[in-house]
Amino acid sequence: MTSIPYTPALAPPETYLNVSYRVRSWLLTADHKRIAILYMISITLFFFVGGAAAVLMRLELMTPQGDLVRAETYNKLFTIHGVMMVFFFLIPSIPAVLGNFLVPIMIGARDLAFPRLNLLSWYLYMIGGCFALGAMILGGVDTGWTFYTPYSSSFSNTNVALTIVAIFINGFSSILTGLNFIVTIHKMRAPGMYWSRLPLFIWSHYATSLIFVLATPVLAITLVLVAVERLLRVGIFDPALGGDPILFQHLFWFYSHPAVYIMILPAMGVVSEIVPCFAHKRIFGYGMIAFASLAIAVLGFLVWGHHMFVSGQSIYGGMIFSILSFLVSIPSAIKVFNWTATLYKGSVDLRTPMLYALGFIGLFTLGGLTGLIVATLAIDVHVHDTYFVVAHFHYIMVGGAVMAYLGGIHFWWPKITGRMYPEWWGRFSAFLIFVGFNLTFFPQFILGYLGMPRRYYAYAAEFQVLNVMSTAGASILGLGYLLPLCYLIWSLFYGKIAPINPWGAAGLEWQTSSPPPTDNFDQTPVVVDEAYAYDKIEVPSA
Amino acid sequence: MNVSFTQSINLAGAMLAQSDGPGPSTQFRLWPQQASHFAVQVDTLMAYLLAVSVFFTLLIFLLILYFGLKYRRRPGHLPQMVPTNYALEVIWTAIPLALVMVMFVWGAALYVHEVEAPRDAMEIQVIGKQWMWKVQHPQGRREIDQLTIPVNQTVKLHMTSQDVIHSFYIPAFRVKQDVLPGQYTTEWFRPTKVGEYHLFCAEYCGAEHSGMIGKVVVMEPGKYQQWLAGSPADLPPAVAGEKLYVQYSCQTCHGERAPTLAGLYLRTSRVLENGQLKSVVADDAYLRESILNPSAKIVEGYPPLMPTYQGQLTEEQIMELIAYIKSLGSAANPREPSTAPQTNAPSGGGQRR
Amino acid sequence: MPDDAAVAGEVARGDDSALTPQQRRAQSRPASAHLVAPRHHRPHVKHQFDTLAQQHEADTLGMWAFLATEVLFFGGMILCYTVYRGVYFKEWHNGSRILDEFEFLGISAGAWNTAVLLTSSLTVALAVRAAQLGRREQLIGLLLATMALGAAFLLIKAMEYRNDYHEGLVPGWPFHPDPRLLEPGVRMRPFELFWSFYFVMTAVHALHMLIGLGLFTYLIVQAWRGKLTREHHMPVEIIGLYWHFVDLVWIFLFPLLYLVR
Repeated sequence: MTSIPYTPALAPPETYLNVSYRVRSWLLTADHKRIAILYMISITLFFFVGGAAAVLMRLELMTPQGDLVRAETYNKLFTIHGVMMVFFFLIPSIPAVLGNFLVPIMIGARDLAFPRLNLLSWYLYMIGGCFALGAMILGGVDTGWTFYTPYSSSFSNTNVALTIVAIFINGFSSILTGLNFIVTIHKMRAPGMYWSRLPLFIWSHYATSLIFVLATPVLAITLVLVAVERLLRVGIFDPALGGDPILFQHLFWFYSHPAVYIMILPAMGVVSEIVPCFAHKRIFGYGMIAFASLAIAVLGFLVWGHHMFVSGQSIYGGMIFSILSFLVSIPSAIKVFNWTATLYKGSVDLRTPMLYALGFIGLFTLGGLTGLIVATLAIDVHVHDTYFVVAHFHYIMVGGAVMAYLGGIHFWWPKITGRMYPEWWGRFSAFLIFVGFNLTFFPQFILGYLGMPRRYYAYAAEFQVLNVMSTAGASILGLGYLLPLCYLIWSLFYGKIAPINPWGAAGLEWQTSSPPPTDNFDQTPVVVDEAYAYDKIEVPSA
Repeated sequence: MNVSFTQSINLAGAMLAQSDGPGPSTQFRLWPQQASHFAVQVDTLMAYLLAVSVFFTLLIFLLILYFGLKYRRRPGHLPQMVPTNYALEVIWTAIPLALVMVMFVWGAALYVHEVEAPRDAMEIQVIGKQWMWKVQHPQGRREIDQLTIPVNQTVKLHMTSQDVIHSFYIPAFRVKQDVLPGQYTTEWFRPTKVGEYHLFCAEYCGAEHSGMIGKVVVMEPGKYQQWLAGSPADLPPAVAGEKLYVQYSCQTCHGERAPTLAGLYLRTSRVLENGQLKSVVADDAYLRESILNPSAKIVEGYPPLMPTYQGQLTEEQIMELIAYIKSLGSAANPREPSTAPQTNAPSGGGQRR
Repeated sequence: MPDDAAVAGEVARGDDSALTPQQRRAQSRPASAHLVAPRHHRPHVKHQFDTLAQQHEADTLGMWAFLATEVLFFGGMILCYTVYRGVYFKEWHNGSRILDEFEFLGISAGAWNTAVLLTSSLTVALAVRAAQLGRREQLIGLLLATMALGAAFLLIKAMEYRNDYHEGLVPGWPFHPDPRLLEPGVRMRPFELFWSFYFVMTAVHALHMLIGLGLFTYLIVQAWRGKLTREHHMPVEIIGLYWHFVDLVWIFLFPLLYLVR
């Protein structure tokens, strides 16, 4: 980790990166920027573990017969893929990397309110990650990331308990990160940084943190109860022992549906920063977008039952959850319209971050609209637990969250590392990812409506053409993800030295040096204008 | 309208068609077969949703493309600051809201229709277990991983699971319902086309989840009757239930020290639950509970005598007992229960609701 | 950027708009903020904060946010408990009765524990007051009293656990309750479920108590070394907040487990 060399040339002599090169100075750091780097490295690791599982799954699904791996292995693969991607990549991705790095800088603070707690978050995350990897190495777990009872509590004889411990520990990491953000945003804003001047990135992280703090503990206690049931053989969720399996689903989705908003809200925040910067315009409908973030966070708590339309819950329950799910789509639609309107009469520069952001808007639109389809009761009866749902949530989580994460990484790369990434490669891989993604997941919408269920390692022959298309897309997508890994590492050594504000952006983070000093600002900034005062900045040359 | 729509979609698929052998069609297609009366209704709703989705996807994609090109960054082109237009915000909040409310009402109305089975449905019993579907027809014939039904006959599945959660899914009918251990769930449909269709387990249930598949065979009613008679059938569930009733000597109490079972099904009785008097309707869930956990709800005026049969009866046997109780008529038209072993099949077993 | 503005430390919006567009464009960075010199650090103020007041507010809000998490954590358990109480009324009734029947001096152990814990809330409140007034000896005494009451709670709980163990009421240990304890019609599986909830809920609560005792030990050491002063009494207040919450959880657990039948 000390191997990120940085030779200060034009930037101020001391930055958070070169303040010390010892391993200790990284592992015991309380600097939110260094912790963000630690997170960046570790979530990349877990992303590629989860990605490797996806590769094997897609290879298995090339043919209708189960011929590459055994059924048990396939079930373990999709469980690893889900657990790694959801709990160890998507949930911490933008908040713990970009959020950690940027929240204090964007509001003009020297650090988060509780720096050591922040470090503890990372350690908890790593311990949880090691448990999850351990469960995988010791034979895997085959319940799916949803841990539905009674399969998980009474029937599976894989490493369920160990995985539960992993997710439990990781949950506390999320809680502490959310708590830190809430307090920081409330109490650490620089003079003049009123709520009405907060960047939308901060608003979305505030909304995300509320979910972190209020939803994660419910998952934690639910998993504790599953573990108790497994170890003591008492019937909490297993009907054979007197328990209620539907109760588990309610508790699980009470966390796991808001968790979707943990993934997408920060992504919306990133896009809300990139779009005005590369359109060089004030964001259209600032108040509406900020309000929409909070509305999504609040409504997101009330829609969990839409995962259970065919589970046997009451008709009226289904109806209430359905109408609330439609309502939660409205704030998302408002955001999409406002981002699009921001381009109007702007000066649009299609650099890599902007390509990712525009890709996000398109794919998120599709993901959101298909979300309406699965929220419609009668249609969900047909498409529930089919590839239609798989495609829908990948459009949100991969087309949405991952695109925005990569866009954000490119956007703030100069600030984080002090180096520019290679622009041509950036645009090329953004294009590859967009094409590969659509080729992978669009056929799955059709597969789902045709009726191919999820989690099948062998399937009916008529589904093969679409599955082969999907696998072909996945290989393009895989290449698209490897490229940034390579050229971003390359840029650490050979990239151009980044100026303070390469994009002509308005945020506070672009006023400190690249990379910033340990205390972020040489002097405490006093904010005198809104976050998107692009009318006061000259348009950089294309 | 919708049939032709899906037919034209499948035209492309038909070009690539392989010859259809026995079993569900393996022809490449882009739209699923429509083989139940739900299928057309669901597809029509889907067409509306697709129209809205395509419109907004194109709108956003084209706007982004248009703005991206027209206002691209170039020397001499300066951005113009456009203040937030609240009228616009209201419009693009209200229009989507109206569109999704249509989706909600339409979808919910159809859903209510899908949940409420008509009373004249033929009731078939389904038990899911890792990793097979066990089916039994009212006349007694059993099938594994296959559901044979007559065309245009309303069918109601009465389902439970022996182990974990499964889900009974027939894509061509657009129906799906989770099958839960320890509870009964139902699913109904009216097949409209003769043919063979996929049957899938849609809820992940362990190692061989993808092997928990089968086929639904829809026949002409005449052929169905032939098929029913075609192989030695087991006892009809109601008859088997009657045998169990006698075998476990239920008649020693029921009728005297315990309430009679004649006309019990769907009757409202006053019961004592947790020391409080309540009214319950004697439906499937209540009958199941009363067999497995008799002391939970004691009918008013009777002593809590009945032992539990938890662990002594299999899921099939419980279903058979309930089928027998149903055969004793509903509250409106009771029939006397048996006092000694009988062999004649009670008529109309399990056909009332 | 005008130097005098930076020195003054505060710039009104009007100053900024007074710049001509050319002046603004001449700046290589946006004009949305000005920089002021950092304030001098004071003792007890961590580097990321500007003032002690800001640090106190942050610490307090942090604890409240943490308690919000805790509410949901216990809430999930209490929800499950309540759902099953409705389903398995008899077994729950029997379980609560057994719990309430374990007595010292004619008063149930649960009631003793409630009294002990409420008293400890009082001593903590007084300790916070002592800390605010900078009375070191009084502070240490009250913290010790709180710890003693906390320990007494755990002791009583342990004796209850011991009794439960002797009566075979520990689930999966194996679970073989004394038949004399059972009311008619009580089924074993749901009865065991009651005890599972009882042990999980009280054990998680006891864990919170243990953490609280650890925190008080830390406070006493700090107070002993003279680190807690009138100015810097925040740790006492925040840990006190935590302790009140742990009490409050018990105020919910006690009636749910012992009284509501």
